[in-house]
Amino acid sequence: MAQALGPDLLVDEGADGRPQWDNKFQYLLSCLGFAVGLGNIWRFPYLCQTYGGGAFLIPYLVALVFEGIPLFHIELAIGQRLRRGSIGVWTAISPYLGGVGLGCFTVSFLVSLYYNTVLVWVLWYFLNSFQQPLPWGTCPPNLNRTGLVEECQSSGTVSYFWYRQTLNITADIDHSGAVQWRLLLCQAASWAVVYLCVSRGIETTGKAIYFTALFPYLVLTIFLVRGLTLPGATEGLIYLFTPDVQILLNPRVWLDAATQIFFSLSLAFGGHIAFASYNPPRNNCRRDAVIIALVNSLTSLYASITIFAIMGFKATNDHGQCLDRNILSLINEFNLPELSISRDNYPAALLHLNTTQPGRIAQLPLRACSLQDFLDQGTSGPGLAFIVFTEAVLHMPGAPVWAVLFFGMLFSLGLSSMFGNMESVITPLLDMGIFPQWVPKEVITGLACLVCFLSATCFTLQSGSYWLEVFDNFAASLNLVIFAFLEVVGVVYVYGMKRFCADIEWMTGRWPNLYWRVSWWVVSPLLLLGILLSYIVLLTHRSPSYKAWNPQYELFPSQEEKIYPHWVQAVCLLLSFLPLLWLPASALAQLLARRRRENTQLDTALKLQDSSGC
Amino acid sequence: MLWLFFFLVTVIHAELCQPDAENAFKVRLSIRTALGDKAYVWDTNEEYLFRAMVAFSMRKVPNRETTEISHVLLCNVTQRVSFWFVVTDPSKNHTLPADEVQSAIRMNRNRINNVFFLNDQTLEFLKIPSTLAPPTDPSIPIWIIIFGVIFCIVIVATTLLILSGIRQRRRKNKGSSEVDDIEEKLESMGTLANSVPCDSLDMKGGHINDIFMTEDERLTPL
Repeated sequence: MAQALGPDLLVDEGADGRPQWDNKFQYLLSCLGFAVGLGNIWRFPYLCQTYGGGAFLIPYLVALVFEGIPLFHIELAIGQRLRRGSIGVWTAISPYLGGVGLGCFTVSFLVSLYYNTVLVWVLWYFLNSFQQPLPWGTCPPNLNRTGLVEECQSSGTVSYFWYRQTLNITADIDHSGAVQWRLLLCQAASWAVVYLCVSRGIETTGKAIYFTALFPYLVLTIFLVRGLTLPGATEGLIYLFTPDVQILLNPRVWLDAATQIFFSLSLAFGGHIAFASYNPPRNNCRRDAVIIALVNSLTSLYASITIFAIMGFKATNDHGQCLDRNILSLINEFNLPELSISRDNYPAALLHLNTTQPGRIAQLPLRACSLQDFLDQGTSGPGLAFIVFTEAVLHMPGAPVWAVLFFGMLFSLGLSSMFGNMESVITPLLDMGIFPQWVPKEVITGLACLVCFLSATCFTLQSGSYWLEVFDNFAASLNLVIFAFLEVVGVVYVYGMKRFCADIEWMTGRWPNLYWRVSWWVVSPLLLLGILLSYIVLLTHRSPSYKAWNPQYELFPSQEEKIYPHWVQAVCLLLSFLPLLWLPASALAQLLARRRRENTQLDTALKLQDSSGC
Repeated sequence: MLWLFFFLVTVIHAELCQPDAENAFKVRLSIRTALGDKAYVWDTNEEYLFRAMVAFSMRKVPNRETTEISHVLLCNVTQRVSFWFVVTDPSKNHTLPADEVQSAIRMNRNRINNVFFLNDQTLEFLKIPSTLAPPTDPSIPIWIIIFGVIFCIVIVATTLLILSGIRQRRRKNKGSSEVDDIEEKLESMGTLANSVPCDSLDMKGGHINDIFMTEDERLTPL
């Protein structure tokens, strides 16, 4: 048969009552918004910096071409073809693979919980940015007003605001502490905003995405212009892009590039499948896949230029302050006139004083100030946004404006990714038909958001950020890679490469060329297998420890490394393997249902035989 | 004789005011950091003003209302600008206790700072901690105000959205019930094709669409 599926499954647009995108641009923006998230801002620049600057682009591009784009194309194609969410798609490909869809659904749910918590933190900082001076710029005075709070003095104002005034963090994960009402309020607001935008599915997200997907680009451009005019920006950019080609020999670089591409495109969540399922059937999904993947990577690059211009400014600033502190110590000790030692002749002056009076110099608390050290202090993740960047913003003139813009940008970035996450949770729910027909869509989405909100209150506890790290490390990474591997294998080997290529030809008008077929057949599965194996190896080798903020620690403000207690380790294992259990469970259920059906068929056949008489 | 007396007095004075002497305080000024181009030069007149301010502060302490400027001694003035000072009692033989001087300076710190156009960081009295200003907390924190605004907007928008959804659904239900009525009426009239009575269609004037013919031929025969 030349046709891939029977004619009854070739539905026309809108005829099956499925919602549709208003226009192609909305669909592209939604996929782009889902793919472009917080990781583009705070993970990619860090990887670039750690892995030899410009040289990192090589493994990144290789991973994009051989892993990112082919996998992305598969997701869009099967979603558009089968016109179902992730669960429906997998059940259609093979009833025994329905577990993949259920697993993706579970992972999306877990990720929504903790991803929104990061948005809650961003919202809290956003709300606090509307004041001058910014609250994370000064330490509060202690109780009898003779000095500043001691914890703040040793750790620094920005860290104090983050760890104490925002999170009110406990010293270890065992002590849960109380629910922080401030964060709970922000969480209610955040989920209310998500519900507002997701309440009618793509009808509402399609309108909201115009703002949430485009606003970050505007802010990034503003920051880029501002950042490039700051002193020290060029040092930061040179440092970022100076290639160190030697580092390509380290296999860790290739692994991290592959992992970064994989998570950056938000593959295997089921969100892209859901978005593509609302497309008209004859839509060029191949071109969409290439466009969105390329724009996502370009966004990462653009963001890293902006971030590093500002990090260069911060490093220069810190370096200058370090020198100034040393100069002040020298001037105070030797009673030299003010401003007699400038930053430029500080080394000469130090040398002169060291030769004449080494004893007094030795007693002074002089720090070695090197610009390279300050540039090397790379951070990724929430630390970049809430500690490093907020400190940089403090030194920029007109600080509240920049803080509002920055956190507004982070909120819209996160929100557009949340749309994709919620779609990958809600579309399968709607497709499975759990709720009766008369229940309106708004109620279903409202229930989903309410359940997520209540479940996520555990992250507003004082130990919430430790739990977020647990979820981030264990709930998503391993499972998504396994599901993506099963996706490729399922489509290529179970659905059939020929059938799939014929579908794509029907949809886009061209048979996929050699590049696509080779990638799907061999390269992408191998790459995913490689990532999976290295993940497992790393997981078993790494001790289950975390970094705790403990003011009583003797090396405070360094974070204390503690081991997870046993029950937390059990939770980590549960998070890693629970979504995977859907696979055998669903296959088994399918097997049992089929056997029961065969038995009843056999029974009815025997009954007919009996009744007809022999 | 007079020379000897003068010499003795200077020696005693010198002994009373010395770096790290008992009840002596070190003061450090950073005039150029604070004022930049408008910085004044620290000379003996400024020192006189300083001694006057310290004497003024001491006069505010009960039992010390008779402190004179000459009771305040400065020594070891450096280029930094930094110096040591002590406050002596009227007999000029002993220095006043450090606690008294400290509390007096603390109470009048603001006025001393203002006289020299400096603040707590640029006019430092080492060993005298400054009282920090109370945190200027507004009665309602700003973040709650912004939060209230955003939350109200979101609630209003959500309510409007839900109401419009309900209205749309009601209109669709009414519309579909109307369509059902029309369909029933037409059914009673006669044969239908797409809810239009067949009799009204002019079959002879119609054209056959060739596209559909070729579509059928394209399908492979079973």
